Amino acid sequence: MAIALELLVQAAQLALVLALAPLLTGYVRKVKARLLGRQGPPLLQPYRDLYRLLRKEVVLAHTASWVFRAAPYLIFATTWVAAALVPTFAAGLVFSNAADMIAIVALLGAARFMLALAGLDVGTSFGGIGSSREMMIASLAEPAMLMVVFTVSLLAGSTQLSSIAAALQAPGIGLRVSLALALVGLTMVAIAENGRIPIDNPATHLELTMVHEAMVLEYSGRHLALIEAASHLKLLLYVSVIGCVFVPWGIAAPSAGPLAFLVGLAAYLAKLAAAGFLLAVFESVIAKMRVFRYSDFLGAALMLGFLAALLLFVSRVT
Amino acid sequence: MVLEGLLWCVATLLATGVLALAMARRPRAASTLVYAISLAVTLTALLAAGATLLSPAPFGGALTLPVGLPWLGAHFKLDALAAFFLLVVNLGGATASLFGLGYGRHEESPGRVLPFFPAFLAGMNLVVIAADAFTFLFAWEFMSLSSWALVMAHHRRPGNAAAGYLYLLMASLGTLALILTFGLLAGPSGGYAFDAIREAPASAQVAAIALVLALIGAGSKAGLVPLHVWLPLAHPAAPSHVSALMSGVMTKVAVYGFVRIVFDLLGPPAWWWGALVLLLGGVTSVMGVLYALMEHDLKRLLAYHTVENIGIIFIGLGLALAFGASDMQGAAALAFTAGIFHVFNHCVFKSLLFYGAGAVLTATGERDMERLGGLIHRMPLTAFAFLVGSAAISALPPFNGFVSEWLTFQAILLSPALPQWLLKFLVPAVGALLALSAALAAACFVKAFGVTFLGRPRTQVARDATETDRWSLAAMLALAALCLLAGILPGYFIDALAPVSHALVGSHVPAQDERGWLMIVPIAESRSSYNGLLLFAFIFLAALLAAWVIHRFASNAARRSAPWDCGFPDPSPATQYTSGSFSQPIRRVFGSVVFRAREEVHMPPPGDASAARLHVTLRDPPWDVLYLPTARFVGFAARHLNKAQFLTIRAYLTLVFGALVTLLAILAAWQ
Repeated sequence: MAIALELLVQAAQLALVLALAPLLTGYVRKVKARLLGRQGPPLLQPYRDLYRLLRKEVVLAHTASWVFRAAPYLIFATTWVAAALVPTFAAGLVFSNAADMIAIVALLGAARFMLALAGLDVGTSFGGIGSSREMMIASLAEPAMLMVVFTVSLLAGSTQLSSIAAALQAPGIGLRVSLALALVGLTMVAIAENGRIPIDNPATHLELTMVHEAMVLEYSGRHLALIEAASHLKLLLYVSVIGCVFVPWGIAAPSAGPLAFLVGLAAYLAKLAAAGFLLAVFESVIAKMRVFRYSDFLGAALMLGFLAALLLFVSRVT
Repeated sequence: MVLEGLLWCVATLLATGVLALAMARRPRAASTLVYAISLAVTLTALLAAGATLLSPAPFGGALTLPVGLPWLGAHFKLDALAAFFLLVVNLGGATASLFGLGYGRHEESPGRVLPFFPAFLAGMNLVVIAADAFTFLFAWEFMSLSSWALVMAHHRRPGNAAAGYLYLLMASLGTLALILTFGLLAGPSGGYAFDAIREAPASAQVAAIALVLALIGAGSKAGLVPLHVWLPLAHPAAPSHVSALMSGVMTKVAVYGFVRIVFDLLGPPAWWWGALVLLLGGVTSVMGVLYALMEHDLKRLLAYHTVENIGIIFIGLGLALAFGASDMQGAAALAFTAGIFHVFNHCVFKSLLFYGAGAVLTATGERDMERLGGLIHRMPLTAFAFLVGSAAISALPPFNGFVSEWLTFQAILLSPALPQWLLKFLVPAVGALLALSAALAAACFVKAFGVTFLGRPRTQVARDATETDRWSLAAMLALAALCLLAGILPGYFIDALAPVSHALVGSHVPAQDERGWLMIVPIAESRSSYNGLLLFAFIFLAALLAAWVIHRFASNAARRSAPWDCGFPDPSPATQYTSGSFSQPIRRVFGSVVFRAREEVHMPPPGDASAARLHVTLRDPPWDVLYLPTARFVGFAARHLNKAQFLTIRAYLTLVFGALVTLLAILAAWQ
């Protein structure tokens, strides 16, 4: 009986991230539009876009192989599973031990690997430009992310997100320089990985500046819908990770009752709203970078993460 | 006894080499026969090694044969470490033989390959079971020379003779270092049997020198930076299944040599050994993958990437030494297990990738990725296997490469407890280097797979390629299955490594087989756990669910059309991204620092319709700093010593007399 309930909660988490992800994207777009003095699309627009794309037929290039057709499903599935493994409203779900934070980073890496291959599959110049730049960005962002993972894992004594959330809620942690550096580093990584300004502009279709959009240029119909859904999920995942590690309050304990779950859900929604608002403000006040300035931005993130981990290595006495 | 059986296997392999010589007139029959016998023998040895490793007390016996040095004999022993490496050697050997059954038919000079292939396998097997210094060095040299002969199989191709020459030089340097290592360890009494060396531990100073020599000797064979320069030239020059053996297996035999000397024979480690090995491992892993990213030759890219993986293995071993020196046996066991699990994994996926490159080479005659493309349409199964290998080597879950890197990361996270300050600074830096190399590896294999197999064919040969033969496909698909199996059921593999780790670092990772859900938990469940099977099932089911729901309820219509490409599709395949253009951003970011990469654009003058050209120049730092000055010095010394060749007899006698007096003076001063 207990296991059935746990499975139910896990299933609820899977459904929750899938249902909320487009809303977060719509919300960021809406806030951004309002900051620019526009009315903006309705909050539910991303759902409508997905629904519209899902019903359209797929137009495949003659040169597309099975990699091109399989990639959207794999990218979507991998990102979905990764997003569902991050604690949102409750920690310690039944499958949360299947992957720790390093494995979640690697799952996102697997999704990126497939996407970059799909970009190269048709054999057009834009697909290549996107893949090549995406892998360059990832080559700096992924180590930066792992250094942040190191930092919080050393503090919490665990790489499991559930344990980290519990450990960082404990009163003994307090404010730490390392945590502050890690937060800045992780935010920079999140901005780069989700293709937000100043690294990439999710709204652009100016060919020479595209990264993510260039890779998926050949996609249409249901394939495009899956890739869009995956990128919504990825944004939600990063916000969840930041929320779970740096603002862990409100996350329900593994076997808490329905009331705690409701409190956790409310806290989670509040975190999403706050993070989405901050992201929109940040994107509105900053200009996009040139491609070869990315390495400065991401190098800074890597150095921040490294510094945060190093401080812990030299300060901890055990 | 198992050991006698293994020696018979080695003897059969040697006899097969001789048989190949005898059958030189009938190359086709000889090819089938040699590879079939090699396959049978390596499979037998593989089963024997596996059974020994999995038995409760892994020991396959010891024996001494009355050959070799008269007062020493030839000692052989099969312990847990030897059994594990024997497994790796024969797994690589068996798949190479299977691949060779098909691939060997396309060989243009079988007479130069067939006698040496089984001899090479025999040499590698002998190194692993040797239990005295003389037998070890003899087998090591036998392995080096037989592989050198295989590198020189196509010696008329441009560059191969130079590669062979460099290989011979570096192999001699390595063997020299190993001879000195064993000389130091054997001590003045000359106890060359490993048991005798173990009983008389060396003093700290001697052990330190022996460590450095072992790093040079085994490291040059394994491809540690800066001793790697021969590897990316020699490995690709051999026929592809031999390249796979050299990259996937011979470098592992070198790792075996290092582990045997440093963990087994040298006695208890000092903490700075770990620091030295870690530093070398970290630098090797990042340099190796950066070299690979700059490369356009598919086989050379794979060879450079071997350098990266050797770096990862040495990071694990260095951590094990550092933990071992501080009496943290549990952590040392985790780091050591991570290192040798990566030995196994790398053997599996690197062999697979080299077979893939070999299949491409047979089908198109090309190794240059810039002249390939679109092969997934012509060679679907090869492409599938290569894709699995690429994902595994890029450390992506749910494949096996991820598990060993994950274990290495877990070991790194245990290291703040190390007391030494240098290590406290070094280990997080090495962790960052490891993370960087993992991310760059993914970029490297997106390039390798994407440019070779995806897109549109760039040349006629790529357009006309055909799928490779069944034997080659069987070898590749078997290894691809193993990549997935070791990735989703890593607990069984980690448990199998427990006796090895127990024998060498005194402890082992907690047994994994009693965990529920096939989870792996290296330290404690609250600390970290990973379940590849569950992740694989989740991803598979989620993808299946998405596909079913969409096809059932939304739309399953699809139409073929010309590519969109922002409205300006260009029919020329030259407009695709190539290997060079793919790595250009990374070349700008990293290459400008590491390789002093320069790009020059030559624009034709106005009115001239000829093409503009882009020239990229890269400098190789180890060549500039180490090898060219050494070569210059040798040249300088040779030029000046040349004068001593034309002296009178009196001058020579004076020289001899002077040398004698100097030596006596030194000896007198010594005592």
